[in-house]
Amino acid sequence: MSQTNRSIWVFADYRNYFQNRVTLQLLAKANDLAPALKAEVCAVVFGYEVDEYVAEYIAHGAHRVLVVEDASLKQYSVEKYTILMQNLAGEYRPEIILIGATSFGREFAPRVAKRLGTGLTADCIGLEITEDGNLLQIAPSFGGNLIAEIITPQHRPQMATVRPGTFQEIPHDNSLRGDVVRLPIPPKLPKDRLQLVAYERQPAREQRLEEASVVVCGGRGMGSKAKFKKVFELAQLLSGEVGATRPIVYAGWVNEDALIGQAGKNIKPQILFSFGISGAIQHTAALAGADFIIAVNKNPNATMMKMADVAVVADAGQVCAALIKGLKERIQTKADYAD
Amino acid sequence: MLKIVVCIKQVPMVSELPWNPKTGTLKRELAEGMMNPACAHALEAALQIKNRQKAGITAISMGPPMAEEVLYEAVAMGADRGVLLTDPALAGADTFATSYTLARTIEKLCPGFDLVLCGSYTSDSETAQVGPQIAEELDIPAAAYVEQFEVKGRKVRMQRVSDNFLEIMEMKLPGLVTIMPRSYAPRYPSIGGLDEAFGRPRIKVLKAADIGLDLNQIGRNGSPTRIINVYSPTAAKKNVILKGTAKKVVDEIFERYGEKISRAMGKDLKKL
Repeated sequence: MSQTNRSIWVFADYRNYFQNRVTLQLLAKANDLAPALKAEVCAVVFGYEVDEYVAEYIAHGAHRVLVVEDASLKQYSVEKYTILMQNLAGEYRPEIILIGATSFGREFAPRVAKRLGTGLTADCIGLEITEDGNLLQIAPSFGGNLIAEIITPQHRPQMATVRPGTFQEIPHDNSLRGDVVRLPIPPKLPKDRLQLVAYERQPAREQRLEEASVVVCGGRGMGSKAKFKKVFELAQLLSGEVGATRPIVYAGWVNEDALIGQAGKNIKPQILFSFGISGAIQHTAALAGADFIIAVNKNPNATMMKMADVAVVADAGQVCAALIKGLKERIQTKADYAD
Repeated sequence: MLKIVVCIKQVPMVSELPWNPKTGTLKRELAEGMMNPACAHALEAALQIKNRQKAGITAISMGPPMAEEVLYEAVAMGADRGVLLTDPALAGADTFATSYTLARTIEKLCPGFDLVLCGSYTSDSETAQVGPQIAEELDIPAAAYVEQFEVKGRKVRMQRVSDNFLEIMEMKLPGLVTIMPRSYAPRYPSIGGLDEAFGRPRIKVLKAADIGLDLNQIGRNGSPTRIINVYSPTAAKKNVILKGTAKKVVDEIFERYGEKISRAMGKDLKKL
């Protein structure tokens, strides 16, 4: 790559399934942004025996892949990766670096930004190019109560992290071609000061409500504790989490740890289903991070209905039950794939 | 004696925040504050170390004058002293400028520190960036999102869950750890502690010049990012209204938003 070419970089985070997906999602977003900057999309891979990922990134829209491969990089190392990224970015001067907001990415990105003397916006939900060629970083802010549009006008690269699932990947396309640039590992990479003593892959940990990409939330409009069980059933089918308003917690229909709102949790799902909730500010203030809200309430004038993307004027319990039935009919089973 | 620094942020307790559209910053002085929950867990972790070995705890905060409250709270809980860095010149700092400011303050007020503890993230901005960036500024090893740790001699052994991996990590002191609000439920300040905190004030209030901060590296001047617009997410919504029988609206939901639902739940959905 000639150093005058503009490029948008995506850090290759491949350690497990979701990290791999977020990298593909960022490659797709980088492809959206690239034409406005006349830039190329470049995946940056650190690791060992990573050919499989390199091919995957090209098939998902990377025009170029920079690879630093060495046995010493086999384990993720925030220190080594930071130095490598700092060196490469210093040399190639990308316009933008996008990093998945995984646990690793969220620890790695601020270090890289600090070393490069540039800004970083966490958990962007939208990325665009402004008329004057800046990266517009759209992110929830102030506890998710507001959406902020942020630019990094005078520093390069412009950096952002993005949570998995925020953008949609380009379908795998084996006909896509890209250049692979293999770079040597610097000769004197310092030893890690932070030592990984032991690690163990965990069985998928209980998903936390705050991190869930689907949340099904119920309020008094669900009618009774017995009917509220449908909220749990729907959440399970959606691989999501259950949330509730304060009156529901008080009534003992759910445990306190499901409370969303003041004194409870802030959530930021991709989709929030809200059943029979009127929308007191103590509750709605915690929902601003939700990307898409489907609310069901008999009262079309409820606050919750006004702030929903889709407001369904109907009985919450009946719609919840119909959604359960509809999902059971639609969820693909192994038998479907075999066809 | 182990010299511990705990970085503490005062965050708004209320959810609706006053916003100044002219300067593009938050009017923090108008919001009622509390100690950020993860910072309170970091302080509790420090106090538990102090229960077991000789340690001195300095709580440091940067913020408006009212942020002194959380330092009184910290001292009442058991911190040995508090340092508030407050100066109009610090306003509008992003994480880049904030981490510079806190790192220089730590160096100035706690030379020879052993351990810096921060909350993993704050409840108001949730970036989780300041801790790792302070570590970069101080050039010390660090681990983020730590759930439990133990200081043994000059080593820290830490446990965390990172992207579905349970990790046990070790580093030598001095080092920085950011603490998840999970394992160290903060104690309540005791009556004696409150007497102590207010009776013999141990809070230092300093300005940028007292630390010798470079004015080009602090506040809005030192911040690479600019907030150019802020809006309420609810105002941006295009509201679609569906009416009819439950079956009809559900079919419509799947038809129009089935792909979105499928992506969010991570499973494929059939079209019927």
